[in-house]
Amino acid sequence: MALLSVTDLSVSIGRLKPLDGISFDIGKGEIVGMVGESGSGKSLTAMSVMGLLPLIGGKMTSGSIRFDGIDLATLPEPRYRALRGRRIALISQNPMTSLDPIIRIGAQIDQVGILHLGLSDAAAKARSIDIMRQLRIPEAATVHGNYPHQLSGGMKQRVVIAMALAADPELMIADEPTTALDVTIQAQIIQIVVDLVRERGLSLMLITHDMGVVAQACDKVVVLYAGRVAERNGIDAIFGEPQHPYTRELIRCIPRHDQLRGSLTGIPGAVPSVMDYPSGCRFHPRCADALDICAGAIPALEQKAAGFAACHAAINAAGKVSAHG
Amino acid sequence: MVKSSSLRTILLSPRGGISAIVLLVVMICAVFAPLIAPYAYDIQSLRDANLNPSWKNWMGTDEFGRDLLSRMIYGARTSLSVALTAISISVAIGMSLGATAAYFGGAFDRLVTAAVDLTWSFPEILIALILIAIIGPGLNSTMIAISIAYLAQFTRLTRVQIMALKSETYVEATRSLGAGHAHIIFRHLLPNALTPVIVAGMLATGDAIILEATLGFFGLGAQPPTPSWGAMMSSGTAQIFIAPWIIIFPGLAIAITVIAINLFGDAVIDVLDIRRQLRDS
Repeated sequence: MALLSVTDLSVSIGRLKPLDGISFDIGKGEIVGMVGESGSGKSLTAMSVMGLLPLIGGKMTSGSIRFDGIDLATLPEPRYRALRGRRIALISQNPMTSLDPIIRIGAQIDQVGILHLGLSDAAAKARSIDIMRQLRIPEAATVHGNYPHQLSGGMKQRVVIAMALAADPELMIADEPTTALDVTIQAQIIQIVVDLVRERGLSLMLITHDMGVVAQACDKVVVLYAGRVAERNGIDAIFGEPQHPYTRELIRCIPRHDQLRGSLTGIPGAVPSVMDYPSGCRFHPRCADALDICAGAIPALEQKAAGFAACHAAINAAGKVSAHG
Repeated sequence: MVKSSSLRTILLSPRGGISAIVLLVVMICAVFAPLIAPYAYDIQSLRDANLNPSWKNWMGTDEFGRDLLSRMIYGARTSLSVALTAISISVAIGMSLGATAAYFGGAFDRLVTAAVDLTWSFPEILIALILIAIIGPGLNSTMIAISIAYLAQFTRLTRVQIMALKSETYVEATRSLGAGHAHIIFRHLLPNALTPVIVAGMLATGDAIILEATLGFFGLGAQPPTPSWGAMMSSGTAQIFIAPWIIIFPGLAIAITVIAINLFGDAVIDVLDIRRQLRDS
């Protein structure tokens, strides 16, 4: 059984509906990539799982989120609070601002262990230093007594990861953990997280807009576009035979060393605004394979080969798709 | 927070250093009054009334023949303890109110803001007089009246700070690790908002000393024979042509203490560079 099971999740913020019927599963020990351009609803999905939608004035309007058999949508706040950080932990996007500037690094990691595991101050400190070492923070004992401003961005991100790991969660959600970092350390951080997750048998929801990172780390991929799931499949199938034209475009955007100069292009057009989503398939205005039906009818997320895709063209013309793949 | 290097910069600047020495002297007088004062503050000797300052009575005596210097030293105790207690209460309540209002928002925030703005629109002296008219004169009423008179200032200042701080990513990050509201407010938000509020509290202590003296002057503060600078000035008005020192020395004490507090506060503000935050509230 899946550890986290999100079914038909819809979220509204005021009159806007930024998430519309998202479904996916994360199994025990699985790393699932969540990809899509900015504004596709990746972070909002993470906020929904964490139960933090009220912070941004959002509300679940339908669907269910089940974690290890617990229905999170109806979980009372005190029990949710005991779950956050203890069984589900979030690694947030920006390490520069995710740490309290006036509290020592160590104390910030310690308090997670003190809060959730009931450790004594000394035990929590020993444990924090141990986790910091596993994250390859040099001179962990010294850094434990430092303030956030004394660390580099990469080190801060490791500290944020250490805070997420401090209470031994079963599911980690990493929301673009490397976006704010230097390219040279992005791969390194991802590798450390993935190694730790594999080693401890944790599940990881890795939110990113970088297909290269997905290829490097994930077992399964959920492709989001404008608040809906465009395609969902295993990693080999996603890269081997992508079904949705949007997935193909994303893969085409990964730069390669043998590419002709000047041939690196983006996806034409822009992500539609949540205030003004197109009718039918939300990708159709930017889609090279768009059919007449695409503007009128919303494509259902249907089983396609090993995975699921929401595309009229993929369902109707299987031959054409494989020619593209 | 104030780092030791900032503290050194403050103490080494001319106004910071001089005002610190003055405040230290006043505080030592207040704390060790029974040890320093040459005579008891309440022993009357009508034969020695209104004596000139002399080697025996450095500041002369008052209309009941009490040693003025001793009363001045005990008066420092009254002024400082009333002002500091009142402002501490005011800061504690104001910070809690401002922080919870800003953090939870909604109807509670509107209620707190409206109530606080209502007291903000009257001069402090008027609020204090109204409160004392209700609860009766005395030292405790003076403390309560002063703490309520300055409540608005600290509530507003804290509220503005917390408003800005609560949308910081680390607040969301802490919540996503399972922290409750109390932990976030007391461990993360208030410590980050503390510096400007502490400085505002220090400056308000100067105003509170004047307010205490004013109430004492009207006879609403410390009741005789407890010496307070304001009450001493008040009794000195009758003797102003016979024994002007009775009104001059307490007046000087109030002025010098308040000026020292303000100079020290200014030095702190400049070193910590928080003038803008204080103005914004």
